[in-house]
Amino acid sequence: MSASSLGYNEQGGEAATEQGQEATPTTAPSVPAAFGLFSSDTKKNEDLKQMLESNKDSAKLDAMKRIVGMIAKGKNASELFPAVVKNVASKNIEIKKLVYVYLMRYAEEQQDLALLSISTFQRALKDPNQLIRASALRVLSSIRVPIIVPIMMLAIKEASADLSPYVRKNAAHAIQKLYSLDPEQKEMLIEVIEKLLKDKSTLVAGSVVMAFEEVCPDRIDLIHKNYRKLCNLLVDVEEWGQVVIIHMLTRYARTQFVSPWKEDGVLEEDNEKDFYESDEEQKEKDQKVKKPYAMDPDHRLLIRNTKPLLQSRNAAVVMAVAQLYWHLAPKSEAGIVSKSLVRLLRSNREVQYIVLQNIATMSIQRKGMFEPYLKSFYVRSTDPTMIKTSKLEILTNLANEANISTLLREFQTYVKSQDKQFAAATIQAIGRCATNISEVTDTCLNGLVCLLSNRDEIVVAESVVVIKKLLQTQPAHHGEIIKHMAKLLDTITVPVARASILWLIGEYCERVPKIAPDVLRKMAKSFTNEDDLVKLQILNLGAKLYLTNSKQTKLLTQYILNLGKYDQSYDIRDRTRFIRQLIVPNEKSGALSKYAKKIFLAQKPAPLLESPFKDRDRFQLGTLSHTLNTKAIGYLELSNWPEVAPDPSVRNVEVIELGKEWSVALGKAKKEKPTEKFYSDSEEEESASTTDTESESTSESEKEKNGKEEGSSMENSESSSEELSDSESESKEGSAKKKFKTTEESDSDDTEKKTKMISKKRESSGSSDSESSSTEESSSDSESESDSESDAESRKHKNAIASKVSSPIFVPMKTHELLHRMSGKGLAAHYHFSRQPCIYGNQMVSVQVTLTNTTDQKLENIHVGERKLPAGMKMHVFNPIEFLEPEESITVSMGIDFCDSTQTASFQLCTKEDHFNVNIQPPVGELLLPVTMSEKDFKTEQGMLTGMNETSTTITVAPQNSTRLVLLEKVVKAANLGVVPSGQDNIHRFSAKTVHSGSLMLVTVELKEGSTAQLIINTEKTVIGSILLRELKPVLSQG
Amino acid sequence: MIHSLFLINSSGDIFLEKHWKSVVSRSVCDYFFEAQERATEAENVPPVIPTPHHYLLNVYRHKIFFVAVIQTEVPPLFVIEFLHRVVDTFQDYFGVCSEVVIKDNVVVVYEVLEEMLDNGFPLATESNILKELIKPPTILRTVVNTITGSTNVGDQLPTGQLSVVPWRRTGVKYTNNEAYFDVIEEIDAIIDKSGSTITAEIQGVIDACVKLTGMPDLTLSFMNPRLLDDVSFHPCVRFKRWESERILSFIPPDGNFRLLSYHVSAQNLVAIPVYVKHNISFRDSSSLGRFEITVGPKQTMGKTVEGVMVTSQMPKGVLNMSLTPSQGMHTFDPVTKLLSWDVGKINPQKLPSLKGTMSLQAGTSKPDENPTINLQFKIQQLAISGLKVNRLDMYGEKYKPFKGIKYMTKAGKFQVRT
Repeated sequence: MSASSLGYNEQGGEAATEQGQEATPTTAPSVPAAFGLFSSDTKKNEDLKQMLESNKDSAKLDAMKRIVGMIAKGKNASELFPAVVKNVASKNIEIKKLVYVYLMRYAEEQQDLALLSISTFQRALKDPNQLIRASALRVLSSIRVPIIVPIMMLAIKEASADLSPYVRKNAAHAIQKLYSLDPEQKEMLIEVIEKLLKDKSTLVAGSVVMAFEEVCPDRIDLIHKNYRKLCNLLVDVEEWGQVVIIHMLTRYARTQFVSPWKEDGVLEEDNEKDFYESDEEQKEKDQKVKKPYAMDPDHRLLIRNTKPLLQSRNAAVVMAVAQLYWHLAPKSEAGIVSKSLVRLLRSNREVQYIVLQNIATMSIQRKGMFEPYLKSFYVRSTDPTMIKTSKLEILTNLANEANISTLLREFQTYVKSQDKQFAAATIQAIGRCATNISEVTDTCLNGLVCLLSNRDEIVVAESVVVIKKLLQTQPAHHGEIIKHMAKLLDTITVPVARASILWLIGEYCERVPKIAPDVLRKMAKSFTNEDDLVKLQILNLGAKLYLTNSKQTKLLTQYILNLGKYDQSYDIRDRTRFIRQLIVPNEKSGALSKYAKKIFLAQKPAPLLESPFKDRDRFQLGTLSHTLNTKAIGYLELSNWPEVAPDPSVRNVEVIELGKEWSVALGKAKKEKPTEKFYSDSEEEESASTTDTESESTSESEKEKNGKEEGSSMENSESSSEELSDSESESKEGSAKKKFKTTEESDSDDTEKKTKMISKKRESSGSSDSESSSTEESSSDSESESDSESDAESRKHKNAIASKVSSPIFVPMKTHELLHRMSGKGLAAHYHFSRQPCIYGNQMVSVQVTLTNTTDQKLENIHVGERKLPAGMKMHVFNPIEFLEPEESITVSMGIDFCDSTQTASFQLCTKEDHFNVNIQPPVGELLLPVTMSEKDFKTEQGMLTGMNETSTTITVAPQNSTRLVLLEKVVKAANLGVVPSGQDNIHRFSAKTVHSGSLMLVTVELKEGSTAQLIINTEKTVIGSILLRELKPVLSQG
Repeated sequence: MIHSLFLINSSGDIFLEKHWKSVVSRSVCDYFFEAQERATEAENVPPVIPTPHHYLLNVYRHKIFFVAVIQTEVPPLFVIEFLHRVVDTFQDYFGVCSEVVIKDNVVVVYEVLEEMLDNGFPLATESNILKELIKPPTILRTVVNTITGSTNVGDQLPTGQLSVVPWRRTGVKYTNNEAYFDVIEEIDAIIDKSGSTITAEIQGVIDACVKLTGMPDLTLSFMNPRLLDDVSFHPCVRFKRWESERILSFIPPDGNFRLLSYHVSAQNLVAIPVYVKHNISFRDSSSLGRFEITVGPKQTMGKTVEGVMVTSQMPKGVLNMSLTPSQGMHTFDPVTKLLSWDVGKINPQKLPSLKGTMSLQAGTSKPDENPTINLQFKIQQLAISGLKVNRLDMYGEKYKPFKGIKYMTKAGKFQVRT
């Protein structure tokens, strides 16, 4: 290869000349060294100049390649400027490109000469080829010569109106360059930005938003009109542009929409509160009643349109969407980003590092988001230290009562790690777990004490420091540990650890009255050789002992104070003086010395062991500032949510009528740029094709969801919801809406035909609907029929589960009130548990909700609004109900994953005008699914679930309950249990499994003499087990 | 955004610099060297280093540090992801990415970097477009260029950037039309002392090599798409189609690309295809330790496990090891304390083992921790998750392409704690 060989030659030649230079002074001392250098340099450049001036392109190209090589190595090639600049108009495209490279590097330094090249670019700006125009603009704007600012300005203005989107993209880049060259052009540039923001090309969007961010990030008003367009284009923008746009829109949304979170805000929500979630919810509910929240449709649009980007291959895009969800989405929805973030952990070390930091910040505030991925954060011995510590940080944040034992076992492995820095960090982590989770404090403390006999000093020292903090939180009965640590003073040398031990002994000297004075004696001996940190603590120890045990230690303390008085360190001398005045009584000592004991031995609050990521949430996630934990230059603060949302109508685009905004916008977009919207095009095709096929199969949940989301956004944006409601059926409403949308998009002729079709369909399905709803009202039998149908369907999907789960023996009719008609302004809602495996997910409990319209008007668009679910809980809502006639009622089914807890699922039931907050709290008996098993299986299973997993109680059974039939009936009524055939008359067995985790729940009722009975429940889920026990007790004892 | 780029080799020489805005003096790298010194090991250098006026973001690949200089707030992943893309592009262009290759092709490198960023903002990062702008050097082209004096720079202006499918170049022509897909799954696992699995997950990718004429529109469907829990796509994949039908529909880029990467849902139990029996013991009194490991197959679905490689970082106290393998080669580096054993294929009848003694530094106490064992292996023709491609169809072109699907399972980060 010519270039490479030349590169080498040049290098070799240069080395030779350098040697020559060194050699010159010795061989020819008469020649000044400087001259030698000068001459060799000119000589070398001379031949390059000659090559550039030759009329052969190949020679010129070789010369340019060598020059670029010099630039790459950081060598100065500015002398060649005149020779190079002549070639700017070369016909050879590679020479031209290399000249451009040279110009961009040196034009700044040789401004006058650079002007020679300008006319060439000006000519190229008028070239018919768009790519030549673009590249001319690129170079012209890159050469940073202030004199040409007016020319650049003109060029940018022209280019921003160019027909080619590629040229306009380059114009957007040029804006930033011109701004950094001459900030005074700002006003004019903003005009150009405003114009380009209106551009509908995906090619331009990213670049112009970048320019916006750099030139005028505070001109939020420029975004209003383009907001919806940007949201809709986002998927089609190139990946780098996506990142910039998402970050900008995040900031925008925070100024324009009201908070979708609970009123008390994110800042006050901390770890402790998470434990008392139900309280918080209560509070929140109260506030909600006062001020119902409805998400702005534009807000929803942004959240919805960014979701697909979580699947991007570009880590920066995924992170950008994650931070958007974190900062903007309702808390219940932010959870979907965790999976994608965890995926990024497979990536390179650097990506991992940044992502882990962001997860660490997130996991402090919302543990639930990452709890399911706990094991993905386990540390491997091959991870770099910084990755290890970040993972450890996250593990510590995620620790709770449930997983702490597994975590501690994992930590034990880490403590033994060869990477001592990491081992030390692990000990800190154990300390934090111990303080945060009171149940394991003792276990942790014992573990740490064991570590005190570790061979590695760093480990021991770290343990001492952590134990000190732990003991402070619960100082009672730890005399033994303190004694043990006092012994360590002989061996341990790390100053922090020594200081910690001394402080401990001083603080709790009354617990170790015999040892403390002896320690002081030893320390007095070694005082002069200690570290400053240790000396201070020796002084403290002396002072405290003097106050509590002055008889033994008076002389020792005075000796130490004397040593301290002449110490080299200011600090220690100061401390000595201060202590002496306070504790040693003399005539000068003021009133304070009386209180010396109170001052030194005051109750000290225990230190809080906090995450170092605690305060990082003041920065927007995913930013450089967040990574560095300091404000980076140019960081743009994320504003707090406004109290009242600014006027949302500013985002409406004038040209378009309000009512038809959506359809027209889409139609227009399609007409204007048939080629550019690659994805959107296919999307449209697709929705058209689904309309053909979908008519029967609405059961597929994905589609339903799509349909629903689209539907809600449409009606929210005041689009033709009136018309829609007329032309839509209840059951098919999702797909119908889709149809309607597509028809709007397609030609108007088509529209008519399709609307007719739809209305026909409505008639038929409407009638069938009213039938079914009336039957449902009258009896619950028909319901269970339809349920068993859906059950069969779900069985198809989940053979494995269905084969084991038996159908319920008894379905209680008891309904619970969800919404009273008085508080629901005429909308009444009841729910009951159908005890069927849920068709929406095998971890969900199916809930039948019956909605009744008691008003005399039609209730429109009944749907589930915002949900407030405890961490981990999921909910599958029913499809929005388009309208409900007066005095009619309808039963819909929902699926709720209660995570095997009796926590309430709160959500909003919304009609067109109103929102009502409602709660569903499941009785524990409904969290189960009956299981069939033989008596033998039952006994083996029971045998495995003893000890901790068993709860039992003795109860008095009401006489009428002691017959087998009555007892069975009572029990299965109270809880969804399956009956196990029993060989003995006095023992009744029931089995079930929990819906979420599928853990077995075994219930035994053993009737004894004298109307007493033993009730035993065996299950891994001890919490549920004990609640069930409590609930079954009255069932059996009462008549 | 990105101001400048410095390439630094392992001995601390800056061997390439490129500036997209005003020149930033290379002395800014002194802060980087400081951080490097503090970190002791290359992989511990923090990816983000603040300096008084700039921020240095770096990635470390192929023993080269790619250090980007930025001046203002920017999402760090944006820069890091871009730097990785630069390395990938170099690799794509030159086959390998090393200091020598970059120095040899400095002009091409410079031209490529020039096209990738404008004013520090990414302009063209798709390799299909870049290759149209600047042709990668091949031996043939180099010879032709020297004779005819033609150049590496494409004389046709690229149109890909302007098209609706920016990842595919136009006017592609092949005489043999073929499309190959490799389904490669990696098992990440941590196995504890007793052989039980602490964590195990499967990550997979589908790499494609598509050489098809014209503008083919492909669809790829799976027998069991439910397995795929979390996916990320090449931009060419139509997301809506996947959402609704679980079918991959795309107009492919030309050449090699990664179509999809996925994660198999955590509910599925992961079959662990190998096990390691180990007996590594140090004694307090003696300066000799015992070392014995055996590797065997488990749940391999009847396929052979090959390319097995065992590495382990021994504790500092180990001076040397005298070991005899039943097959394969082993080495122990007494400086880095790294033991590696290239096992090769596992024969289930005769399990490979490595036995012997370790000599420990006299006078020091025994190490706290036994070393962890890292395992690599390959199983051909098996996707351990059970993922299967159902069919591949082509629309939009008339000819019949040759199609091929290959499966492979590899060890990802596979560790055995001892």
